[in-house]
Amino acid sequence: MASSEGQQHPISVYLWIWGLLFVLSALSYMVDYFQFQGYLRWTLIIVFMLLKAGLIVSIFMHMAWERLALSYAILVPPLCLLVLIALMSMEGDHTFFTRGVYFGK
Amino acid sequence: MSTQVPGNPEDFPNDGLESLVADWASDQKTFKNVSWGKAMMWIFLLSDTFIFTSFLTGYMTVRMSTTVPWPNSSEVFALTIAGNHIPLLLIAIMTFILISSSGTMAMAVKFGYEKNRKVCGILMLITAAFGASFVGMQIFEWTKLIVEEGVRPWGNPMGAAQFGSTFFMITGFHGVHVSIGVIFLVIVAVKVLRGSIELGRPGFLTGRKGNYGMVETMGLYWHFVDLVWVFIFAFFYLW
Repeated sequence: MASSEGQQHPISVYLWIWGLLFVLSALSYMVDYFQFQGYLRWTLIIVFMLLKAGLIVSIFMHMAWERLALSYAILVPPLCLLVLIALMSMEGDHTFFTRGVYFGK
Repeated sequence: MSTQVPGNPEDFPNDGLESLVADWASDQKTFKNVSWGKAMMWIFLLSDTFIFTSFLTGYMTVRMSTTVPWPNSSEVFALTIAGNHIPLLLIAIMTFILISSSGTMAMAVKFGYEKNRKVCGILMLITAAFGASFVGMQIFEWTKLIVEEGVRPWGNPMGAAQFGSTFFMITGFHGVHVSIGVIFLVIVAVKVLRGSIELGRPGFLTGRKGNYGMVETMGLYWHFVDLVWVFIFAFFYLW
């Protein structure tokens, strides 16, 4: 088996994932359609988003079948972005607070 | 006397952390079993991840810090069809179109590796058509927002001024990605369909023979465009 053969998977895998992505997208659209609010809304949005992203990366982009050397090289660095997001949410909170104080809301 | 061929993947542990360490410590090509084109596409997509996350983080920061209410995206992007007011309808259709294009792309990769050039090329052209219709709907959306709703990068009648600037920047950048993807899809599809890969004709730019791995690399880019849309849909339209 030559390595140049590339990724070979039965077509049913792709059709299943396609269907699942449709269902998940419909569910996340329903979150808005039924106007869920607050923590329920945010939790559902994030859960459906992460499930969709996971299916796309692992199956459509074949990450599930790659060697760990590649998976880790690609999937670990973005974790740094969580630090950026945490810092900027503190920053955003702080800016909101100072605007509240100085604009006298 | 057993002579080991350097870089032969069979000589390395196949899974677990052992394989991770062995691959990185091998003093050889790290990404075994993967063509350089594919490895470099992944690294490019990693850098693109940082760009889009920075945009979305910027959006988060301005949305958190503004004291003016954020426009209700559910209403802003609603469509009225035959008298029925349906929230976010266009965005939902765009989402389903992009997912479908990802499905056809994944199958194109499969048929490429099976050397079925006709089905592979046609599936890629269908993918490109989905992508082009996505861009078309985005143009419609932008036109409606600019002309009818009066949204500008520096302000809008519905609420916080930052809505326009973040919207145009994030969806604009994504739309450019889709457009470039459509162009590349057509180029690769033509190559596949006329048998340039099968017959090993040299490419016009590099002079090298192509292979069906190119279709998979192209697919990685296309799936990434879909992936970014998943995040934009969640954070910009639904949040």
